[in-house]
Amino acid sequence: MQLEVEIARKAFTNAAGERHDVLVDLKFVLGAGEVGVFVGPSGCGKSTMLKIIAGLDQDYQGRVVRPADARIGMVFQEPRLLPWRSVEENVRLAAPRADDVALSALFTVLELNAHRSHFPGELSLGLARRVALARAFAVEPGFLILDEPLTSLDDALAMRLRDQIATLVDSQSVTTLLVTHDVDDAIRLGDRVFLLSSRPARILAELPIRTPRKARGEAEIAAIKAEIARRTNGDSANGDAL
Amino acid sequence: MWARPKTLTPAHSIVRSPKTEMFRFLSFTTFLATWWIAALFAGGEKLPPPPAVLAAIVEAANSGALFLNLGVTLARVALAFTLAMTLGTAIGYLMGRIRLADRVGDPWLILLLNLPALVVIVLAYIWAGLTEVAAIAAIAINKLPTAVVTVREGTRALDTTLDEMARVFAMPRWRAFRHVILPQLAPYIAAAARSGLSLVWKIVLVAELLGRPNGVGFEIGVAFQLFDIPRLLAYALSFVAVVLIIETVLVQPFEARVSRWRPRAA
Ligand SMILES: Nc1ncnc2c1ncn2[C@@H]1O[C@H](COP(=O)(O)OP(=O)(O)O)[C@@H](O)[C@H]1O
Ligand SMILES: [Mg+2]
Repeated sequence: MQLEVEIARKAFTNAAGERHDVLVDLKFVLGAGEVGVFVGPSGCGKSTMLKIIAGLDQDYQGRVVRPADARIGMVFQEPRLLPWRSVEENVRLAAPRADDVALSALFTVLELNAHRSHFPGELSLGLARRVALARAFAVEPGFLILDEPLTSLDDALAMRLRDQIATLVDSQSVTTLLVTHDVDDAIRLGDRVFLLSSRPARILAELPIRTPRKARGEAEIAAIKAEIARRTNGDSANGDAL
Repeated sequence: MWARPKTLTPAHSIVRSPKTEMFRFLSFTTFLATWWIAALFAGGEKLPPPPAVLAAIVEAANSGALFLNLGVTLARVALAFTLAMTLGTAIGYLMGRIRLADRVGDPWLILLLNLPALVVIVLAYIWAGLTEVAAIAAIAINKLPTAVVTVREGTRALDTTLDEMARVFAMPRWRAFRHVILPQLAPYIAAAARSGLSLVWKIVLVAELLGRPNGVGFEIGVAFQLFDIPRLLAYALSFVAVVLIIETVLVQPFEARVSRWRPRAA
């Protein structure tokens, strides 16, 4: 399924009553089955954009076009699990149609088998994030939204999880939006990388990556990284994130 | 992200170690001993000693009157309690979710909260006659406003991030209510139930005393008129025993169940 986004303006009113823009003139199209990755400094409006695209926030100027019947799988920036339901119940409640075999495979890929009957309060943040991922994939989404799914995990785990996401995205071939501020993740996972400015977010550059995910070598990744660094030099606010 | 009502006792504080059992037994025997000694000083007329009251209990039990009256009172409690909890939860939820409902309902709530129980009962009997419906309605109305207030507070504290999650995953309304909303409201509903039950226990006797021909409250009224203190205490203590049993076998396990998922404090 294809995704068309045109957000002319999104503003928040703060406690003092002042309005400030968070998103201005944000426009892009994502083809069916493509993985679009958004990289930008924290606070620039990435989560806000994802919420609008997911249909959770109607209060903006512009339009988002996606098939109305497409199932959405979303990983929020926080795990957002139901604390009073077990890991397995959390996944099944979001994906009542998922069959046991598919679920089993998913739990195996995400290494969650030992935790099926645990409650979220008993999980580490890394585990809770994996449950949130399992929930998003279990619905067999037409459209996947991932908001910084790999932050605050240790490097080894983040790397494994990144490969797992790549595997799942490739096997289900789903249109995916991923937000990160890790350039490495962006290059390894994306078909297209969008560089965002600091708030109000607009797209600084769009870099297509044509090599298939599995075939990307270290040399190519380093080259793209250098390219991204060059493109974001003008935007000083990005200095710490990139 | 999610506040627990302050009135709620956490489930894990209901500890049943042998030590607490022993202390319970000790305080119960202390109570009996104090009663007995006081009876010796006050004289059997005003405060009959435990055996006299026990005899009255046995007598009332043998004639069947004790169970009949306890049963009738319990039925009234059950009906009024269920009615008040159902309505109170529904109204509280609406007032917590919908601003307009809150604005419209708030003056009524304040009125009901400040209306003495006796006034409600007397007015109900005047307007609806000395009927069962009047009695149960009066008891329910007394309990209703506190249930509304508690559930409204719980509704206002609902976690909106979980609402968003349910929406994104297109959970049907009923499933979202049952698995996302209700578990968040459960501690508030349990708190309302607990405080409501103790309120209903007290009011039901007054309602029976004033306008019913049976029930524990009626019997206590009769015993009062006849100055039959053993009978009065027999009914009072049997009633208290029933209340305690219901609190331990129904209310506390329910509270423990709804908070079972909470990680235990170390
Ligand atoms: N509900 C809100 N009300 C007011 N301001 C908000 C709200 N949500 C986010 N913001 C502001 O919008 C900006 C972008 O937030 P967010 O989209 O969460 O950033 P990011 O995900 O890129 O880190 C931040 O400055 C944040 O303070
Ligand atoms: Mg964010």
